[in-house]
Amino acid sequence: MRTVIKVPEKYLPLIDREACIRCKRCIKSCSYNALEFKDDKVRVKDGCVSCLRCVIDCPTSAITVVERPSSYAPHAVFSPEIRRSIMAQANSGGVLLSSCGANAEYMDIFNDILLDAAQVTNPSIDPLREPVETKTYLGRRPGKVVVDEDGKIDLDASETPIVVMDMPIMIGHISLGSISYNAQAALFRAATELNILAGTGEGGLHNDFYCHSKNLCAEVASGRFGVTSQYLKEVSCVDIKIGQGAKPGHGGHLPGEKVQKLISETRMIPLGTDALSPYPHHDIYSIEDLQQLISVLKESTEYRVPVGVKIAAVHNVGAIASGIVRAGADFLTIDGLRGGTGSAPRVIRDHAGMPIEIAVSAVDQRLQEEGLRDKVTLCASGSIRTAADMIKCIALGADVVGVCTSAMVAMGCTVCQQCHRGACSWGIATQIPELANRLDTEVAAQRVINMFHAWNEELKEIMGAMGIDSVESLVGNRDRLRYIGPNPRIAEILDVKHSGEGWG
Amino acid sequence: MKDDNSTVVIDAGERNQLGHPLDYRELNRRIRKALSEGQERIVLMNVMGQRYIASATGSPGMRIEIHGTPGNDLGAFLNGGTLEVFGNAQDVTANTMNEGRIVVHGNSGDITGLAARGGTLLVKGNSGYRVGIHIKEFEGSGPSLVIGGFVNDYLGEYMAGGTILVMGINCPESPVGLNVGAGMHGGRIFVRGGLEGHQLGPGACLAELDERDAAAAEDLISQYEAAFAATVDRTVPLRKVMPLDSRPFRGHYDSTTI
Repeated sequence: MRTVIKVPEKYLPLIDREACIRCKRCIKSCSYNALEFKDDKVRVKDGCVSCLRCVIDCPTSAITVVERPSSYAPHAVFSPEIRRSIMAQANSGGVLLSSCGANAEYMDIFNDILLDAAQVTNPSIDPLREPVETKTYLGRRPGKVVVDEDGKIDLDASETPIVVMDMPIMIGHISLGSISYNAQAALFRAATELNILAGTGEGGLHNDFYCHSKNLCAEVASGRFGVTSQYLKEVSCVDIKIGQGAKPGHGGHLPGEKVQKLISETRMIPLGTDALSPYPHHDIYSIEDLQQLISVLKESTEYRVPVGVKIAAVHNVGAIASGIVRAGADFLTIDGLRGGTGSAPRVIRDHAGMPIEIAVSAVDQRLQEEGLRDKVTLCASGSIRTAADMIKCIALGADVVGVCTSAMVAMGCTVCQQCHRGACSWGIATQIPELANRLDTEVAAQRVINMFHAWNEELKEIMGAMGIDSVESLVGNRDRLRYIGPNPRIAEILDVKHSGEGWG
Repeated sequence: MKDDNSTVVIDAGERNQLGHPLDYRELNRRIRKALSEGQERIVLMNVMGQRYIASATGSPGMRIEIHGTPGNDLGAFLNGGTLEVFGNAQDVTANTMNEGRIVVHGNSGDITGLAARGGTLLVKGNSGYRVGIHIKEFEGSGPSLVIGGFVNDYLGEYMAGGTILVMGINCPESPVGLNVGAGMHGGRIFVRGGLEGHQLGPGACLAELDERDAAAAEDLISQYEAAFAATVDRTVPLRKVMPLDSRPFRGHYDSTTI
């Protein structure tokens, strides 16, 4: 019995026959097998995902990709996406997979927030002429100043380790496995060059990357892939991954096809088997249990590096964050609903969790109320797309922002949301050698460096315009934000005044 | 204090001014100090629940004797050498062990051997829930966990490699609980004594031992006998639990572009 009904194609590559020189470059470029050469012509087959690789590779700009105009009859309730997902599930009976961050329209609060600037009563600063400090410190705050016998402040006497970064930016955790060797090499190189941190992701650390360890944050997730004493001891900080904004409460499944030699060596698992990260850590069923894992990691690293905890932004995030700080975390990362993923069930990606704007503000307020905010570095991630998002997020309470998708876009990613298929035409989210080799590590690293350099300059410009000379004075500085969106209740929750409300 | 030139003895029950025994931090600091000075033979006396003992240590010649009751996370991230406990161990013993040998002359608690990828753990007596959860193997060598008595539910859950042997010594009924091998996708579990189909978790199945299995089981039984000066009756049959599939999520997902 045949039960499959074809789900209509979504994208259509249009080929300008006059411009096309039949070089077949586009056919080589396409990793989704959507083009072929037949009867002396480039012809379109099914399967285009609009990754735009062919469009950019075409020497004569002969290709345009459009959404198929004749898809579904318009309907205000049953959108084409809803109809397509029903069709696909009726065919396969499977859980729909997706990647990148949530693709839904109800959640962007950054766009509803406006920044303040200095006028007359508080002079602005020209960051090109005057120092504006963006140096950022990650780790538990000592809470006291130690003065030596000569009356000098003893910076080494603080009993808690601190990581110093040149920008309030961390490249988030993206594992080798979810991205290619070249892509991870580029990100790590960029982090080293910029003197910021990059996350290893949960897939361990490849031997070649230990040279970057001073700028790496090692992730310990429920699968414990590649977690060895060397891995823990050589990096600058260790992060316990409890959750990820794109898939709160969900584990990880790296399909066996991607577990080739490189991944097998780094994760320390057999070739070709599914690499499963259990949904919870099975040694953590309570805050007290979490405290044990934090403590054993501190003991294992001999108290030389900060140990943090990363959670997805869920509805009770304030109380959970409070527990995590009390359990001894030196830094705390909240990953918002729109955060990226290499693979997640679509239903979780689009529907579970909370936007980072609300989460970071809620956590910041809760920790302040409980007198804990000074003790911990608060990192926030989950679609920090631009410098403006970063600045707003810091003013809502974050010390550091985590960035992933934008760094990928800097390397070439077009956010086509096919990472889970492992055939990334840009050589980023793939383990197929011919595709992975498309990414030039040096070029990609330089592009990431350029982007973050620009963000940091923009951060300085905005801080200068606000009359703020150090990023630490921007953290949680909600007075410099105003809400302009449709729902004033959100402003209340963010503890941000509405546009038009002054303070004197 | 040094016992002789080759062994360092640390009294974990040493009281401070408040009458408290040695804090785990101080105990571990002393262990690390001895190891960094090239002293690989260490004896811990009067251990009373100190956690995280010997975490992330390990060298081929390291040998730590533990007298008393170590706390949770004994030998976490262990990377070689031997830890021998003359007493009971608590929860998460051998957490993410990479290499080495842990011998417990008593019982061990829940999630013993969590996520280990190498090394050997021998427990003379019984163990708790979720023993051997998510142990895995790498380059052909996985961890071996041997429990002399019985274990509770969820033995070998999420197991991705390695070998578990539960012997059921002095155990009149089945020495394993329910949901054995739930979600397992690699490795093998040997159960000596009663085991029925309804005790298996999803993703696991019963099988007969082949020659290599029998040899591996015999090797583990001999190691147990040598470690605890025991004699194990070879006439009690062994059953094997193995995964139905190394790719349990195949077919679970749909990648259609929506």
